[in-house]
Amino acid sequence: MANFIEVENATKSFTMQYHRSIKQIALARMRGMKTHDRFNAVDDVSCTVQQGESVGLMGLNGSGKSTLLKLISGVMQPDSGRVMTRGRVAGLIATGAGFQSQVSGRDNLWLNAAILGMSEAETRRKMDEIIDFADLGKFIDTPVAYYSSGMKARLGFAVAINVEADIFIADEALAVGDRPFKKKCKLKMREIRENGTTIFFVSHAPGAVIELCDRVLVLEKGKLGFDGGVQEGIKYLHYDDGDDGDDDEGLGQDD
Amino acid sequence: MMAASTTMEGTTPELPPLVQASHNNGLLEVFRRRYLLRLLVRSTVQARYQGTFLGWFWSYLQPAVRFCMYYFVFQVLIGRGGPDVYPFAIHLVCGMVIVHFFTETFNGGTRSLVSNRGLIVKLPMPRELFPVANMLVCLWQTTPMLVITIFVSVLLGWTPDPLGLLAALMAILLVGVLGLALALMFSVANVFFRDFSKVTQTLTQFTTFSVPMIYPYSMVADRFSKVPEVAHLYMLNPVAEAVLLMQRCFWLPLTNDPAVSRVEGFPPDLWSRGVIMLVLSFVALGLAQVWFSKLERRVPERL
Repeated sequence: MANFIEVENATKSFTMQYHRSIKQIALARMRGMKTHDRFNAVDDVSCTVQQGESVGLMGLNGSGKSTLLKLISGVMQPDSGRVMTRGRVAGLIATGAGFQSQVSGRDNLWLNAAILGMSEAETRRKMDEIIDFADLGKFIDTPVAYYSSGMKARLGFAVAINVEADIFIADEALAVGDRPFKKKCKLKMREIRENGTTIFFVSHAPGAVIELCDRVLVLEKGKLGFDGGVQEGIKYLHYDDGDDGDDDEGLGQDD
Repeated sequence: MMAASTTMEGTTPELPPLVQASHNNGLLEVFRRRYLLRLLVRSTVQARYQGTFLGWFWSYLQPAVRFCMYYFVFQVLIGRGGPDVYPFAIHLVCGMVIVHFFTETFNGGTRSLVSNRGLIVKLPMPRELFPVANMLVCLWQTTPMLVITIFVSVLLGWTPDPLGLLAALMAILLVGVLGLALALMFSVANVFFRDFSKVTQTLTQFTTFSVPMIYPYSMVADRFSKVPEVAHLYMLNPVAEAVLLMQRCFWLPLTNDPAVSRVEGFPPDLWSRGVIMLVLSFVALGLAQVWFSKLERRVPERL
């Protein structure tokens, strides 16, 4: 099997800027305070994901999950090390980003599809499917400004989930909207997985990870702490002993 | 369903190549994704007059009103337009088209990365896309004003000559390329320090007065005839050159005596200057791209 994602000793550091204006910086210098700090959001991480694998990336808030995802999607470049991918990387990231509120839902679909990397022919081919999926009825031809938040989310989701990707990445709750829409999203995700698409999925929800993934990576303060089976990964994170047990990202339950 | 699905069943799997996740070919990549560029420009233009009763009519009304204001103040009130600038309206509007295109390309372009933050920090795309799209939107917005210019010129008896049209084309190209180069440089700098959009605003305020628009070029040559260095310095401004090229197209053929105006109203080396500045603005664009690519690495985290 070929590697679809190769991460080799990738490190990404961020500068924390405490002060920005010249006055603040001068004052901070005088008082001997730090004006900025550097830290590694992703620290020497190596991993590979093979074709057709479905990997869940877990970790506490601020452990570097989103940064690693951004390195893989190509939004950011690693400061050192390499991140290689094969084919088109797309999926549920920033759904609805770039919507123009004054423009109709349909025109926004075209624009959003293009932003996600779809060609004109591809969009034309999938348009009906996407509009069906969003299921907004007549609202599809009114400006997005008049949409409810749920409708806007559905529109964004409908495009993102229908992009043909070689590597499908997701960085948010897999289901939005009402129960029927959630169900539809779930079915679609299952379909994507069964098609053999490589999936890279960031989640806090053990239920969703159990259902969707066959491998778990756990990040801890930017370092890769665990790489292995799903159950072990969840145990490693102590996400299994939850007495609250609410799995609201909802792939696992809610069937 | 998936893009590589054909390779899965195939006997000789032809997988897409393993490449760096973050690859950027700058403006070339923008050209490669011109379909996205087109949609981006179109929806921006669409959004501009969405929800207005008059719609696209505004795109004519606004420049027309602006023109009337200038014309009233400088021709009627101050009595600026003497015989040496006749017809003053055309002299003026040639400048306005160029100045407006330039300042909007520069100003809007400088802000374009910050104002598209939501996309840039989340989705991989060539970031040069935004200054370029802004430039094209500005070009689109310039057309109503050009239409007005041509309409009024024809009313006054203007007939296009090939050399004149070439001059107008050069003017627009010069301002577009230069404006884009500046927008690229300043937009990425603006991510690190928002001061740069203020710098741009301040700089562009000078533009109106640093070009022969509300006063003729002959005045500059005349006032500084004792110190030709100043006139020389004045003509180093590419926007002034572009305005003169525009006037070569529309204003010159309409003057009382084009043969005289050609000598008095324009520098002797109008064309060679134009060509050199055009070449230099392309060089500036190349340098801007190098600078942009260098700083762009840290853009998503600093936005």
